[in-house]
Amino acid sequence: MKSPAFEYARAASIDEACELLSQHGDSAKVLAGGQSLVPMMAFRLLRPHWLIDISEIAPLQYIALETDVARTGACTRQCTVQCDATLAAQVPLLRQALAFVGHAQIRNRGTIGGSLVQADPSAELPLVAQILQARLVVRAKSGPRTLTAEDFFTGPMTTALAPDECLTEIQWPVWPDRSTGSAFTEVSRRHGDFAMVAAGAQVAVDAAGQCIRAAFGVGGAAPTPVAFPDLAQRLVGTSFNQALLRDVAQQAAAALEPGADTHASAAYRRHLAAVLATRVLQSAYDTARAAR
Amino acid sequence: MSETLYRIAVTVNGVERTGQVTARTSLVDWLREHLHLTGTHIGCEHGICGACSIMLDGAPVRSCLIYAVQTDGHRVTTVEGLTHPDGRLSILQDSFCETHGLQCGYCTPGMLIAAQALLDANPRPSEDDIREAISGNLCRCTGYQQIVEAIALAAKRISGEPA
Repeated sequence: MKSPAFEYARAASIDEACELLSQHGDSAKVLAGGQSLVPMMAFRLLRPHWLIDISEIAPLQYIALETDVARTGACTRQCTVQCDATLAAQVPLLRQALAFVGHAQIRNRGTIGGSLVQADPSAELPLVAQILQARLVVRAKSGPRTLTAEDFFTGPMTTALAPDECLTEIQWPVWPDRSTGSAFTEVSRRHGDFAMVAAGAQVAVDAAGQCIRAAFGVGGAAPTPVAFPDLAQRLVGTSFNQALLRDVAQQAAAALEPGADTHASAAYRRHLAAVLATRVLQSAYDTARAAR
Repeated sequence: MSETLYRIAVTVNGVERTGQVTARTSLVDWLREHLHLTGTHIGCEHGICGACSIMLDGAPVRSCLIYAVQTDGHRVTTVEGLTHPDGRLSILQDSFCETHGLQCGYCTPGMLIAAQALLDANPRPSEDDIREAISGNLCRCTGYQQIVEAIALAAKRISGEPA
């Protein structure tokens, strides 16, 4: 349970990190909070020759709030994001999801960007990125590019990042609607464990309580977390009657490709997906109505 | 092949300690094997059990999930750093003794670190706050109840309320 040998470089700036990645990219891993990477090293699931530590780069640690977007630096600690009340008011789903991420000791060290790059299909933050259609800014020595969450997550523990690229910023869309509600929940063996299935939703309503915008997604039941923008669109203009809600959630569950393991069968995961999707949609809708 | 050694200087329990470590040396191994601070226990070594919890710059983290080389220039507090300078136990440690908040003692250093960090940030925690704060620390003896009682007792004593 000891990590294999590797060379360590602490990057002092984003430019230096990109330079190091251009030299060692194929045989290097970026070390941010290390809360997933270090256990994988201990299990010898990864054997990079280099770890490039970006956790001390101050310009990668920030929360910047604008009217229609909240920007977080990739190395912002999860606890910092969780504790930021202004951010929680603009992107409430983030704080709700972070309550399920490990425990305090993990969130004190773990970073927002690290969890996204890890791209565990059952992890909470990638699911939030999918639901809100976050945009991810990545950088190589040759320059930056911006990816949608949908393009970023390509498979289990796999992203569209090139070996010489580093995630630098995540842009979380802020819904302008005054009456917006969101909800996040999951089922796991113990609180803080990886989710068997997780679900999140965000809903906005008008003065009459009719849905004007909806988004939801499910994690842990497909190779990546999945959002369902087309199904969510069916809820717009409605008052979330039970039959419609159940049908939307059932269709979402049917579209998933859950795996089976010792914790849960595929059928159970699909069942959970429908139940939890219904639950978060209803809860987000109720919260939005109460905020009118 | 000999591994590269990295020079580090870390403030451990208020004292600057220096050393040379391989990149893969975990912080907990450096604390125990090189500084002989064996109060911090090694449990699972992959971030599940919480036995190795220490404070890094005041925040509780798992020292098995940090390489020692990463802590260069930072401040570490281990369970040894919780006692008074003359070796007397802290209010929190005394409370663990009084409520029988430990049996085998393996999880205790991690529990103490998690609890002290809670009390530093929130001197009057609710029972829910206490349970949340130690939710990342596994104990196989006590059933947790006496640990929760110990932390609640310490909170009362620290704030001067009658226990």
